[in-house]
Amino acid sequence: MKEKVIICKQLTKKFGDFTAVDNISFEVEAGEIFGFLGANGAGKTTAMRILCGLSRPSSGEAQVAGFDVYKNTGSIKKHIGYMSQKFSLYENLTVAENIRFFGGIYGVSAREIRDRSAELISKLGLEKESDKLVGSIPLGWKQKLAFSVAIFHQPKLVFLDEPTGGVDPITRRQFWDMISEAAANGITVFVTTHYMDEAEYCNRISVMVDGKVQALDSPANLKKQYDAKDMDDVFYQLARRAKRPAE
Amino acid sequence: MKVLSYLLQKEFLQIFRDKIILIMMFGLPTMQLIIIPFAMDFDVKHVNLVVLDNDHSGMSQRLISKINSSGYFHIVGTAASYRQGLDYIEHENADIVMEIPPAFERKLVREGRQEIGLFIDAINGNKAGLGSSYLMRVIGDFNEDISLRFRNEKTSVSNAGIQTENMVWYNPHGEYKYYMVPGVLVLLLTLIGGFISSLNIVREKEMGTIEQINVSPVQKWQFILGKLIPFWVVGMIIFSVGLLVQWIFYGIVPAGSFLVLYLFAGIYLVALLGFGLLVSTFTSTQLQAMFVAFFFMMIFMLMSGLFTSVDSMPAWARTISNLTPITHFVKVVRMIVLKGSGFADIKTEFLYQFLFAVVLNGWAILNYRKTS
Amino acid sequence: MKQLSAFITKEFYHVFRDRRTLLIMFGLPVAQILLFGFALTTEVKNAEMIIIDHANDISSQKLISKFGSSGYFIITSSTEDKAIDQAFKEASAKCAMIFPSGFGNDLLRGKGAKIQLITDGSDPNTAKTILNYANAIISSYSQELNPLPAPSLQILPVPRMLYNEDGNGSLNFIPGVLALIMMLVCTALTSVSVVREKELGTMEVLLVSPFKPILVLISKAIPYLVLSLANFVLILLLSVFVLDVPIKGSILLLFLESMLFILTCLSLGLLISNRTASQQTALLTSMMGMMIPTLIFTGFIFPLDNMPMVFQWISNIVPSRWYYLIVKSVMLKGLGFEYVWKETLVLFGMTLVLLAVALKNFKTRLS
Repeated sequence: MKEKVIICKQLTKKFGDFTAVDNISFEVEAGEIFGFLGANGAGKTTAMRILCGLSRPSSGEAQVAGFDVYKNTGSIKKHIGYMSQKFSLYENLTVAENIRFFGGIYGVSAREIRDRSAELISKLGLEKESDKLVGSIPLGWKQKLAFSVAIFHQPKLVFLDEPTGGVDPITRRQFWDMISEAAANGITVFVTTHYMDEAEYCNRISVMVDGKVQALDSPANLKKQYDAKDMDDVFYQLARRAKRPAE
Repeated sequence: MKVLSYLLQKEFLQIFRDKIILIMMFGLPTMQLIIIPFAMDFDVKHVNLVVLDNDHSGMSQRLISKINSSGYFHIVGTAASYRQGLDYIEHENADIVMEIPPAFERKLVREGRQEIGLFIDAINGNKAGLGSSYLMRVIGDFNEDISLRFRNEKTSVSNAGIQTENMVWYNPHGEYKYYMVPGVLVLLLTLIGGFISSLNIVREKEMGTIEQINVSPVQKWQFILGKLIPFWVVGMIIFSVGLLVQWIFYGIVPAGSFLVLYLFAGIYLVALLGFGLLVSTFTSTQLQAMFVAFFFMMIFMLMSGLFTSVDSMPAWARTISNLTPITHFVKVVRMIVLKGSGFADIKTEFLYQFLFAVVLNGWAILNYRKTS
Repeated sequence: MKQLSAFITKEFYHVFRDRRTLLIMFGLPVAQILLFGFALTTEVKNAEMIIIDHANDISSQKLISKFGSSGYFIITSSTEDKAIDQAFKEASAKCAMIFPSGFGNDLLRGKGAKIQLITDGSDPNTAKTILNYANAIISSYSQELNPLPAPSLQILPVPRMLYNEDGNGSLNFIPGVLALIMMLVCTALTSVSVVREKELGTMEVLLVSPFKPILVLISKAIPYLVLSLANFVLILLLSVFVLDVPIKGSILLLFLESMLFILTCLSLGLLISNRTASQQTALLTSMMGMMIPTLIFTGFIFPLDNMPMVFQWISNIVPSRWYYLIVKSVMLKGLGFEYVWKETLVLFGMTLVLLAVALKNFKTRLS
């Protein structure tokens, strides 16, 4: 029985009269690549924020990395990684400085930081760039670096919020290779994306519509279930039924 | 604690890499320190006078030359009519038109008194008041001179009156810069502590970089300290630079103890940084932060006693003024630098600052907790 | 035209949604006017004076009570001369007066009595004023005791205060407040508005739209132009109804000149926005870089003639200096265009130059 890294039971979040997240329940296993899909406004971001310990649910239960989202957000934060599309690294710090900073605030020891940092930089091929400001390196490398920094402290689980936005297909491919590698090493990957072809790379997918989880299964099973030729089609069928206008 | 040191490392790196901030932080204050005291001079030095002499007598000539040689007045021209004289004032070329009536000398000698008209541009109340009182004093002296001459009277003050021995302690020459320069130092610290710090924090909010910190194990207090400490350090550096400039350019060396000065500056900065933090919790964009901070800074600085005296304000204004940290620092910095006041003398003020620091920071932290 | 109005409407929405900035924009002139009008003064009031009366006789007591009832001083007495320095150091007194023990007797015997008057010179203006007041009180008391014959030849100056019959102390500041607010709103806000789009990346979107880029800039400037005019009206209303400062000259002329100055500030704002890449820089440049020179070199707080020549030259390139002169002449002196045409021309010239440079920069950036 694999360890459950995320457990949600009837998780709900209301903002006044508006129910952003409506009674969702699901579980994510260790080492899974879990795709969290949904149209804008379906409640994805809100749900993710709760799981990251940034927001308090209105009702229901959830445990992330074994810690309760009501009482132990501090511990949750120690054991997760996070990468957002908007920003992850400081543009006016160098590659090396960014790694050192994020390693440090996650409690990685100085020696470990040095060793892992060298490893990481050479793996990404950023030796020549390690003292350059992050703002000056190309977007693709930035994203890859951001992901590596997000898992630098070897968390149990990493949240990726649309990590491959605006990046060329080759880099996207390389990025997903990195994700697979991380998953193979035992890091659970919780990823949201708008690229439906990427959804195919996930072990399982959930689709949120109007605050509820409308589908939860492997890509293969979903395609069979909805008689769709690709994930695009699956998504379209599900999202079409949404009552909430996409933002 | 380790987390805090990583935060501080990051902040310092970022601050010192931002060229614009560096210029603003070091260049601008230095410039201000040099320019402002030279520019701020409320003394009334040159009063421009137009003479409308309808008499052209020896007496009027003597009066005019006495006024001319008094040193206060600059006779910019003569007019042949009131309209012409007024023209000078309208064009901002003169402050006063002095009109000597026709048959002035004759009537003065015959009747013993004559009136002359002084038309004064009263828009600048200070200048008008001082200018007219100087002029009347000169005329009063002239009165005595001519009485002496024409009637051989001695009208000088008899010894039976009261003589005052005037002494001015601290700044005996009444040089304005000794008053202004220490005050400008306060201005500099205020800009750094109040403005730039709030801008910085709001910038992170606006650009979203704060998110990454929020999901990390960094605790709120660590984040706040990580922001306040670097700016505190920068502020103290600027204060030192300011003291240095003060010495080099103006030859001002604090009469009191440096320790007390720095101590006060230190606590003042903490209070101001609390204010900056507070502003950042109420605003979501840099524009707003700057505006709100500017609004309060401007009001507090105007009311702080930097330019005008606090005691002369009406009671309601004085209360407000005393509720701001700036007022107290302005007072104290002048006390220490010019009069050598010691810690015992300023301990009430110090207490006030301490309270300000606690209240402002406390409020800011409470707010920060709630909104992030 | 329809497109332009669509742009302009969008910009208005942006501006009006930002309640806080709007509040400050209108709150600032109100606060300044209230302060300048009612709280700030260069006069001396409530000056604490320590009196050490070694004589303690009728004459000294009488003089002391004159000081007390003058309204300028707050009297405390002490017996120790040493207390004075301490009081100065603690800033609990600004001046002190010492009566020698034989004061009353010396006066009666016609020997001439001496009083020591000590002032704290760290604030030179206050010290000078205190000295003036004190000496005036003392010499009028002296006159009472020994009235001097009036000089038999007396020239009596009859002063007439022009433009300010009420002796209103705040006249000087009103044109300054106008200039400051317009500078703030038009230069700072406009430049930030433009740079914000640059920073967020939406500027490119606007620029590739089929509209002339100049329209984009105009649409950004218009809301602030309108707001500045609103501020203009607000400040005038305040000065007339709250400060009792009437508008002596032509309101139309005042309005037109203010429009010109607004345009000058807007051009300056556009120029700044061209040269800066981040909001922070734009803000700091316009606020610190522009406001401070405006405060110092306009001449409404610090008299320009007192400044060293270098500064006076510098003040010539500060647009608000010219606007200040114009408003003073038109609003406070009631003069017509014939008196301000030179200043108007200068402002006009400045606006043209700033606009030309701003536009040229803008075009080269596009290509």
